Amino acid sequence: MTNSTEETGIKSILLITALFSIFVIFLIMAFIFVEGWPAFADYGFFKFLLGLKWDPNNNIFGVFPMIVGSLYVTFFALLLAVPLSLLCAIFMAEVAPNNIRKFLKPVIETLAGIPSVVYGFFGLMVIVPRVRTTFGGTGFSIFASGIILAIMILPTIISVSQDSLKAVPNSYREASYGLGATNWQTIRKIIFPAALPGIVTGIILGMGRAIGETLAVIMVAGNVSQIPSSIFAPVRTLTSNIALEMGYATGLHYNALFATGVILFIVIMILLLITNYVQRKYKMDVGGGTL
Amino acid sequence: MDKIRSENLNVYFGDAHILHDVNLKMPENSITALIGPSGCGKSTFLRTLNRMNDLIPTFHHEGNVYLDDTEIYDDNVDVVNLRKRVGMVFQKANSFPKSIFENVAYGLRIHGIDDEDYIKQKVELALKSAAIWDEVKDKLDQSALGLSGGQQQRLCIARTVAIEPEVILMDEPCSALDPISTLKIEDLMTELKKEFTIVIVTHNMQQATRVSDSTAFFLNGQIIEHGPTEELFVNPKEEKTEEYISGRFG
Ligand SMILES: Nc1ncnc2c1ncn2[C@@H]1O[C@H](COP(=O)(O)OP(=O)(O)OP(=O)(O)O)[C@@H](O)[C@H]1O
Ligand SMILES: [Mg+2]
Repeated sequence: MTNSTEETGIKSILLITALFSIFVIFLIMAFIFVEGWPAFADYGFFKFLLGLKWDPNNNIFGVFPMIVGSLYVTFFALLLAVPLSLLCAIFMAEVAPNNIRKFLKPVIETLAGIPSVVYGFFGLMVIVPRVRTTFGGTGFSIFASGIILAIMILPTIISVSQDSLKAVPNSYREASYGLGATNWQTIRKIIFPAALPGIVTGIILGMGRAIGETLAVIMVAGNVSQIPSSIFAPVRTLTSNIALEMGYATGLHYNALFATGVILFIVIMILLLITNYVQRKYKMDVGGGTL
Repeated sequence: MDKIRSENLNVYFGDAHILHDVNLKMPENSITALIGPSGCGKSTFLRTLNRMNDLIPTFHHEGNVYLDDTEIYDDNVDVVNLRKRVGMVFQKANSFPKSIFENVAYGLRIHGIDDEDYIKQKVELALKSAAIWDEVKDKLDQSALGLSGGQQQRLCIARTVAIEPEVILMDEPCSALDPISTLKIEDLMTELKKEFTIVIVTHNMQQATRVSDSTAFFLNGQIIEHGPTEELFVNPKEEKTEEYISGRFG
């Protein structure tokens, strides 16, 4: 009797906590949507979404270059970071002897704790000048932002991937070696696929961090609101757009910045839906195996 | 003829001396059972025969293991090839999180076979010889993890049979199974020994008497007695053996 009262008590506490956090998130979302609404209603949703020019002084608010900018920068960062961090995670989880692993793990975790302004400063002083001398232009570019973001998301993807590789049961390894598989075959065909759901989660987290990162990107991207002509051209992202102008925006301009937030939200949702779909489809292709 | 034999085999994990001077001959096309109380080193011995213990960093050994008169711990022995020749079925069914078909095909693929028709034939043959074909033939593309424990264990046997090893090592293959699945696997072993040499660890005395041709009794890392199964069970020479098989300790 007491036991079941306790059970119900715990259940309702958990329920209330969960509902409360959902409520808070919902409140924030509602606020952003409400504040952004005039930009869609008065200015026109498609004019806002697909407009190529952003000129607040003349009340022109086209956010399309920033959408392209955010996607470019995020994908370039993933392109650099994913292969590198997967190889690193595989090395740490499967190949490295214990003492090297014990040394590397805290190093990588520390990397995750460095504030973004430090990465931005590094980019500004080290990457941007080198891009300028090597490839021409100002150096403020997709290229420089992608490199900085890649470095910033490495620790996330490495840690999560490594944990999910480590979580693959040892019995799979033994079964594979027992059939005469080599080290590499076992990693590639058994351990990696088994860990893939977790690895994809790590990549999604990295992607979220890359698309959301603001400060470091502002410092190296150049922030010109224009569809970039090449990877070495300057770029402005959705988050940069909000951060750069929120200090002085009023009226429709103010609403347009919240609307930029709404667009960012939608872009992230779409990316999540795509990865989710790919993940599920892949799972079915390998025979429905899960951990 | 002896297919595989150990000579004065001593095994250590770090400082712990696990196996002491183990001499055992396992004849071709026969079933050798290893019995003994928990922790006496049966699994360790078995895993020495396909160098599975190499995966444990603290492992080292003295003495010899011969497969067809080749010393398997020689420097020029290819471990990958050795494990192909000496297959292993583990205590707990460890099917891969792949389809039933791919579980069996895996061993073939890693050994360089890519002719899909040939793989199909081989998979079917292996599943048939592990007495599980009828139960899975309509769902080969479904995940192996959806099978029952007994079915998964037979799938693991099929997976081992598919790569056509010469020796099959089985570490308590029936410990998690019900009596009916156990009998199926025992029948299977009797069938398999026509082609393979089998070494099995078991805690089940009846099982040892039912399937094996010879039995070795391990105690504290030593072989106390070894001989034809019937003789060892009916007429044990050592007092310890007598005590163990009559259930007075262990
Ligand atoms: N990886 C290892 N590192 C250190 N010691 C080990 C390791 N594996 C086994 N041992 C030790 O070796 C001894 C023999 O273990 P083993 O697993 O071979 O026993 P077993 O006869 O198979 O027992 P069971 O019937 O319970 O399976 C035990 O004392 C065990 O603690
Ligand atoms: Mg054991």
